[in-house]
Amino acid sequence: MNLSFAFFDWALVQSFILKGFVFSIQLTLVAMVGGIAIGTVLALMRLSGRKWLEIPAAAYVNTLRSIPLVMVILWFFLLIPLFIGRPLGAEVSAIITFTVFEAAYYSEIMRAGIQSVPRGQVAAGYAVGMTYRQCMQLIVLPQAFRNMLPVLLTQTIILFQDTSLVYAIGAYDLLKGFEVAGKNFNRPVEMYLLAAATYFVICFCLSMLVRQLQKKIAIIR
Amino acid sequence: MSWDWQFFLQDTGGGETYFHWMMSAWGWTLALSGCALALALATGTVMGIARTTQVRAFVWIGNAWTELFRNIPLIVQLFLWYHVVPQLFPTLQEVPDFVAAVVGLGLFTSARISEQIKAGIQALPRGQRYAGLAVGLTLPQTYRYVLLPMALRIVIPPLTSESMNIIKNSSVAFAVSITELTFFAMQAQEETSRGIEIYLAVTFLYFISALAVNRVAAFIERRMRVPGMIGSAK
Repeated sequence: MNLSFAFFDWALVQSFILKGFVFSIQLTLVAMVGGIAIGTVLALMRLSGRKWLEIPAAAYVNTLRSIPLVMVILWFFLLIPLFIGRPLGAEVSAIITFTVFEAAYYSEIMRAGIQSVPRGQVAAGYAVGMTYRQCMQLIVLPQAFRNMLPVLLTQTIILFQDTSLVYAIGAYDLLKGFEVAGKNFNRPVEMYLLAAATYFVICFCLSMLVRQLQKKIAIIR
Repeated sequence: MSWDWQFFLQDTGGGETYFHWMMSAWGWTLALSGCALALALATGTVMGIARTTQVRAFVWIGNAWTELFRNIPLIVQLFLWYHVVPQLFPTLQEVPDFVAAVVGLGLFTSARISEQIKAGIQALPRGQRYAGLAVGLTLPQTYRYVLLPMALRIVIPPLTSESMNIIKNSSVAFAVSITELTFFAMQAQEETSRGIEIYLAVTFLYFISALAVNRVAAFIERRMRVPGMIGSAK
């Protein structure tokens, strides 16, 4: 079969792909910010030394980590409407799902980050009269973030790749954009190839950037 | 809301019950994961080793392989193997869908395994490689008798989690019409509207599959332990 990319132009990108691209980015950013925020809270709960905080946080993280993401997407798509009593669009459902799901993965990273800060620093914080909150906010978390920044960003690249799984509930993301365009122009093969190339270029460039960053950050310690 | 588990014994219209269908879907999930894991271990190990040699071309191939299969989402890779490859190479049109899914999932995972293998080999002291070469072993012999026996043991724990990941990732094969568990869940939910019961059952099956892999890997790890080396303390 002959490949032909002649039909591919800016008008096509604008009418089919841009919308999906924007949604994929939006989904990635919301899930990253929300996931890191919830994940940090979960990590602090797990390291709090109080059973009633540790157990629910551990259960949350371990449960979500052992279920395939596609099933989690399907679960939320099924359950959220039951709770709020009305149907919810695939896009909104995806944003909620990814935030909740990624929080479990980010929390494991943050837990490792918090544990990478030497205990003596916390003790020193308490010794100069800081409260738990001040200790975390001013000493532990800034360093944990800094140490874990490359890992957090790598997880975000994985998250960006995983957003393509909203295919399961039919949300209109980057992949869907390529697919719909392929159907409309009857050129599915070319569009799938272009989709793969697009994801590859984005993820490859981002992972190169993360690698550069890692070299810079590695200097301290 | 009320539970209804009895529909699992209903006929799907195809001469079998939903329970039967679910069990066969579970079988497909396990078969897909197992075959893909075998492919991933084989190619991933070769590529991981290639990246640790001092041969420029091997390193380049290994790196390119890993970057290629790591930076494209799994679902897109599956589409490539399912929709694109048979169109580009018409002789491959007879290949069953299952094989396309195995290749897609297997090569996707091989990129992660090659990373682990590389890290495992690099975790060994450099002197081991030099010692092997110094006593007159060839490079392949050095790998076979000196480096790999240790490196492969080091990577058992990360490979265990990759094996559990592959079961989770096999769920993406629903997109290329493999009748595995997730595909079953979506179809049966549509037919019966008993989503919660179906999803619970399917999620449970994923749980025990991953748990089984975990136990098997722990057993292998115990059996392979070298006295006096990593992880053998006890």
